[in-house]
Amino acid sequence: MVSVRSVYTSPGSLTYSDLPWIIQHREDRCTLCGRCTSVCPVQAVYLTYRRQRIPKLDILKKKRGNDYRTFVGIRQRTTIEHKCVGCGMCSMVCPNEAIGPVPNTNENRSLFHIHQKGEAWKRGGRRNVPGRTFLDRIVFNRISMLTDPALDAGRHEFNLNTILGRVLPPEEFLRRQAAGEWIPPTREIFPFIIGSMSFGALSPNMWLGLLQGVAYCNEVLGIPVVMATGEGGVPPWVLKSPFLKYVILQIASGYFGWDEIIRAIPEMQCDPAAIEIKYGQGAKPGDGGLLMWFKVSRLIARLRGVPEGVDLPSPPVHQTLYSIEESVMKMIQTMSMVFGFRVPIYPKISGTTSAKAVLNNLVRNPYASGLLIDGVDGGTGAAYNVSMDATGHPIASNLRECYLDLVAQGRQNEIPLFAAGGIGKNGNITQNGMALIMLGASGVHIGKYMMQAAAGCLGNEMGRCNICNVGLCPKGITSQNEKLYRRLDPDDVAQRVADTFMAIRTEMKKIMAPLGRSQSLPIGMSDALGIDDAAAAERLRVRYVC
Amino acid sequence: MCRLALKTADLPFSPYEVLTAMEAMQEGYDGSGLGLLLRGIEFEDFNYKGRWPIFSGIAHTEEALQRLNVFMSERGYELIYDHNFAMTPGLIEAQDREKYIVRVYREPSNVDPSHEAGEERNMRIRLELRKNGEEHGGDLTAFSFWPNVVMIKEVGWPLQVGNALGLHDGRLKANVVMAQGRQNTNYGINLYACHPFFIQGIATMTNGENTAFVPIKEWLTGKGFPGYTGYQSDSEVFTHILHYVIKKLKLPLETYKHVITPLKTEELDVHPQGEFLRGLRAVCRRLIIDGPNAVIGTLPDETCLLVMDHKKMRPATVGGRPGVWAIASEICGVDAMVPDRDRSLDFQPMREHTVIIPPHRKEMVIWSQFDPFTLPQAA
Repeated sequence: MVSVRSVYTSPGSLTYSDLPWIIQHREDRCTLCGRCTSVCPVQAVYLTYRRQRIPKLDILKKKRGNDYRTFVGIRQRTTIEHKCVGCGMCSMVCPNEAIGPVPNTNENRSLFHIHQKGEAWKRGGRRNVPGRTFLDRIVFNRISMLTDPALDAGRHEFNLNTILGRVLPPEEFLRRQAAGEWIPPTREIFPFIIGSMSFGALSPNMWLGLLQGVAYCNEVLGIPVVMATGEGGVPPWVLKSPFLKYVILQIASGYFGWDEIIRAIPEMQCDPAAIEIKYGQGAKPGDGGLLMWFKVSRLIARLRGVPEGVDLPSPPVHQTLYSIEESVMKMIQTMSMVFGFRVPIYPKISGTTSAKAVLNNLVRNPYASGLLIDGVDGGTGAAYNVSMDATGHPIASNLRECYLDLVAQGRQNEIPLFAAGGIGKNGNITQNGMALIMLGASGVHIGKYMMQAAAGCLGNEMGRCNICNVGLCPKGITSQNEKLYRRLDPDDVAQRVADTFMAIRTEMKKIMAPLGRSQSLPIGMSDALGIDDAAAAERLRVRYVC
Repeated sequence: MCRLALKTADLPFSPYEVLTAMEAMQEGYDGSGLGLLLRGIEFEDFNYKGRWPIFSGIAHTEEALQRLNVFMSERGYELIYDHNFAMTPGLIEAQDREKYIVRVYREPSNVDPSHEAGEERNMRIRLELRKNGEEHGGDLTAFSFWPNVVMIKEVGWPLQVGNALGLHDGRLKANVVMAQGRQNTNYGINLYACHPFFIQGIATMTNGENTAFVPIKEWLTGKGFPGYTGYQSDSEVFTHILHYVIKKLKLPLETYKHVITPLKTEELDVHPQGEFLRGLRAVCRRLIIDGPNAVIGTLPDETCLLVMDHKKMRPATVGGRPGVWAIASEICGVDAMVPDRDRSLDFQPMREHTVIIPPHRKEMVIWSQFDPFTLPQAA
């Protein structure tokens, strides 16, 4: 026997039932192949020798005693740095279904101990609020049946595209057209846009797969999908390729990657789809981008012009700017000029109660081409827990009030609003996106959904995985470690991108056809929306249904 | 579906003729509303020269009529003709019809004589009268205040309404008559919801449902133009879009079709004016209509037009001979209005067509969206 006093427990000692995920291991099925232990991104499981007591009773000799068996088994580590993240890779590789994580339904005590060595916990991924989202509850309820015929989603022709770029009032367009003056550039694009995820946050294979898929959608399927880069530049070969026209280049407060971009301008074969100026992000408003040192590989360091293996926290604001006037006037205008006034330039902000102030400023800037608002449910590659959990503004009401503000000014066709943040987080991608479009968005940006649908990201709203920040992504999506990202075949990702957008296209038609809409994307068609919450209905000025 | 009939002729004719065409198409409406618009007015007992504005409306009470008199005289308008319908009141369902008003007013001498000022003034008078009625429990309904235009709207069956107002007696004739029998859908029974809709001399009526109504209405309202109001019917935006294209953008009539149902990008890529039209489609994106619609319109110069929705989901036929033309949602309607025509020359427009009957009425012009058009502004 071991005396109780000699058992070591520290304030931070945890046992497996204190962790958010518990590994269930079935000894009887395990062949000790070791795949689970080698695949586990956080080394939460290990092979170890154990001793088991076997009671022995010899009835004839009336003698009791013990036998001991030694065996090799799988055990779960209980330290914070090795706590199971629930990714489930162990069960994915296990040949015998012998192992897998289950969510701990008990209180998760590890939460109180995750701040180790004075560091506040950071994670990648999402906000981790499970259950139906607000967007999931919106129904489309203005059904065309008899007063006008329902359309046939399978056979009729549908115009599903949207416009990215500033649109002039018709009178002004005609005046400029007649006078031969500059007309702001616009792009006709698919309203579901792959949201900004940087080359750095994503692995090279993931990035390549997305771009391949986007190119296929455009060139073979006729779905004009575009993708945004996020901060951190683009591989030089992309900048000089004809695929650049499918890419929205992001410039953010760290300006990472822009040396390469500026240098490549003379050699560009085509213009980029647009330039996104990131001022804020829904998942961590008021915080700059963060690429943790784990992911600053040699390639990333070269692209970003920084030393290898250092944290890259972008500042919360653009350093050269002290006010919105400056950012709107100078930055948008400068970027417009850089690309010969041929490329739409728009800012991305996080959802905030002050979004309308930004919008009103943009409306008066002739070079601003749109506004992207990223809501609280947006994802990120890395952020402090507290930022992700507690700051931000939900997208639906934020978008709606901005749209209604434009309606009141009669400018709703001029500055397209794009929405992001939690779209499709329960898989209802088209329903969520179309709900936002009918609330007034010209299109939506989707990030997490693409990682899940196109690359098999394991994250979910139960806090599963969430380790994008440390570059250990077990699927190779957000890792810069070649051993990990080799697991992801870019061709497979491209295939899934194409599959996903084809399905979204069909679902859009299935939503628009019963509403009797096919000629144009139903932006602002709020008469078709209903929600089972009277307060929300009043706030969004849609119909309350029950 | 609703039923539409339009007749345009060199010789003025009784609006009752168009009502008989409505009778021929009677399966298509439910008596929840009849609207008539007459252009090129001829009164039997008054030599009207087409110069002074005519007020069309309904005074539902004696008090409203008095208020109208005061309203007009305060603004210096002199009543020079008051048309008295030979009424048979029992044929009208509604009880509160004190007087159907068709009155010619002489404008005060001190008004701005320019054409634009006149258009603005007439519209404001109509809107103020409408507002005046709405502020008094809806006791005064104002349909139009415009030279050479008479409008009548009533709930009931077309022939019955015609009989009630004695429209067959030949005391009121016109060169162009538009009529619509309404199938009440989602906006309740309201006189203002009856087609045709009218703004500054431009009128349209529709057979169909505009599913893009709310975003279009919001955009038009946001233009801040006082006439873009009302919207008791989703079809009213068709009239306002036509007004916007012609009066505000000053574009040729053909572009109306390019605004409400633009061509696809692939089609515009090969269109001779594709670049301009792509730009126009983007800036007028909020005016793209949707759903099944046949739109029949008339302009102040008595031009008549017919356009279809982009999927051609509603029928409409145009037929006639030099001097007399008819447009109706059903062929039997055309037959009733112009029986003595060469039926083989009847035309049913497809999705890309705009049928235009010019004021001289010698021919109908079939214009396709794929054809170029003259566009001096953008040249």
